[in-house]
Amino acid sequence: MAEDAGGYIKHHLTNLTFGQKADGTWGIAENAEQAAAMGFWAIHVDSMFWSLVLGVLFCLVFWAAARKATSGVPRGLQNGVEMIVDFIEDTTSSIFQHTNSLIAPMALTIFVWVFFLNLMDLVPVDWIPGLAKWMGIEFMKVVPSTDPNITLGMAFSVFALIIFFGIKQKGVGGFIGELLFHPFEAPKGGNPIVRILLKVAFAPINLVLETVTLIAKPVSLGLRLFGNLYAGEMIFILIALMYTSAVFFVPGGVLHWAWAVFHVLVITLQAFIFAVLTVVYLAQAHDVSDEH
Amino acid sequence: MSINFTILGQSIFFFVFVWFCWKFIWPFLIRAMRERQQTIADGLEAAAKAQRDLEHAEARAEEILNEARAEARGIVDDARGQAVQMIDNARTDAESERERILKAAQADVAQELNRAKETLRGEVADLAVLGAERILEASIDRDRHDALLDRVAADL
Repeated sequence: MAEDAGGYIKHHLTNLTFGQKADGTWGIAENAEQAAAMGFWAIHVDSMFWSLVLGVLFCLVFWAAARKATSGVPRGLQNGVEMIVDFIEDTTSSIFQHTNSLIAPMALTIFVWVFFLNLMDLVPVDWIPGLAKWMGIEFMKVVPSTDPNITLGMAFSVFALIIFFGIKQKGVGGFIGELLFHPFEAPKGGNPIVRILLKVAFAPINLVLETVTLIAKPVSLGLRLFGNLYAGEMIFILIALMYTSAVFFVPGGVLHWAWAVFHVLVITLQAFIFAVLTVVYLAQAHDVSDEH
Repeated sequence: MSINFTILGQSIFFFVFVWFCWKFIWPFLIRAMRERQQTIADGLEAAAKAQRDLEHAEARAEEILNEARAEARGIVDDARGQAVQMIDNARTDAESERERILKAAQADVAQELNRAKETLRGEVADLAVLGAERILEASIDRDRHDALLDRVAADL
């Protein structure tokens, strides 16, 4: 039983990986070890597929609403979509004071897309993998946000935008200056030569600190989402294991329901946190700080 | 669970979806919402304006009504004054008419009296002469006594 359970969990946590196998041919990995051996030039087909499907779903739903958007009395879909758009717009405009038309739509995309990715967690853990197995697909991990590639992919895209807008706002010099002359600053006034010497002396330590701060943003952003959803998924898998025992079948059902209800909050909150932190980081990137 | 090409694939998806939302979703929804906001604001503004206009119109109507009332009162007062005037005039006219008629009547009476006196005077002379003739039977010289008799008649 224990080994079965271990196998069951491991099976659920293995991605459908396409890449170059040890023998040099390209194809789908037959087990987790083979997938791990494929290295960087491999792709998680299931994560990509669900991420794409859910992203396209977001685009289609919102595009359908946007295409028929009327300034008259909104109905049905437009109502719901406008509620989310209004919420995101309020949140964004309260955090992000600069002019950048990209930020709010990006926050909307992140919020809804990540919410959809997370929402897959509420589909009972065996439904889609079971269906996939019936269709001959061995591995099927349906919650893309439990794949660190997905969450870090988004987080580092945000990171790229942070650097892009940072340099765009402050110039290359200003951007590098921010890394070198913060948080330790030479005191104002005094001998200019001493000041320059202090600046030079502080620069390496500032660079280390600021680089850590900078890198911590995307890493924490991606890993927070991944960690929360991975843990949630793991608990769903463990609860699903209880269904195999006659004794724990009913308590398992109760737990499943309770955890799903709680998880509704978690997935919404995590999507919101991801979107808001993205906006916060980009607002920081736009802030041209005072003189150094 | 290893990091692989999926991370780049997801990045590509990310930028594509964000770009799509930026270009084809967000502006249209926001425009519709802004327009509706504007429409509602305009509607409220128009309602407030209509309310103000109504109040103005009511005040104006009240003003006109008051003016009309004052004018009517003025007309009534004028008419009343005019009536009093007319009655006064009529009374004055009537009085002067009465005076005139009275005077004419008096003049007529005086004239009648004079005429009667004249007649009487003429007849008195004759009667006196007749009386005196009867008394004296003859002997009286008519021409001599006429002057005397005329004086008597004039004294009447």
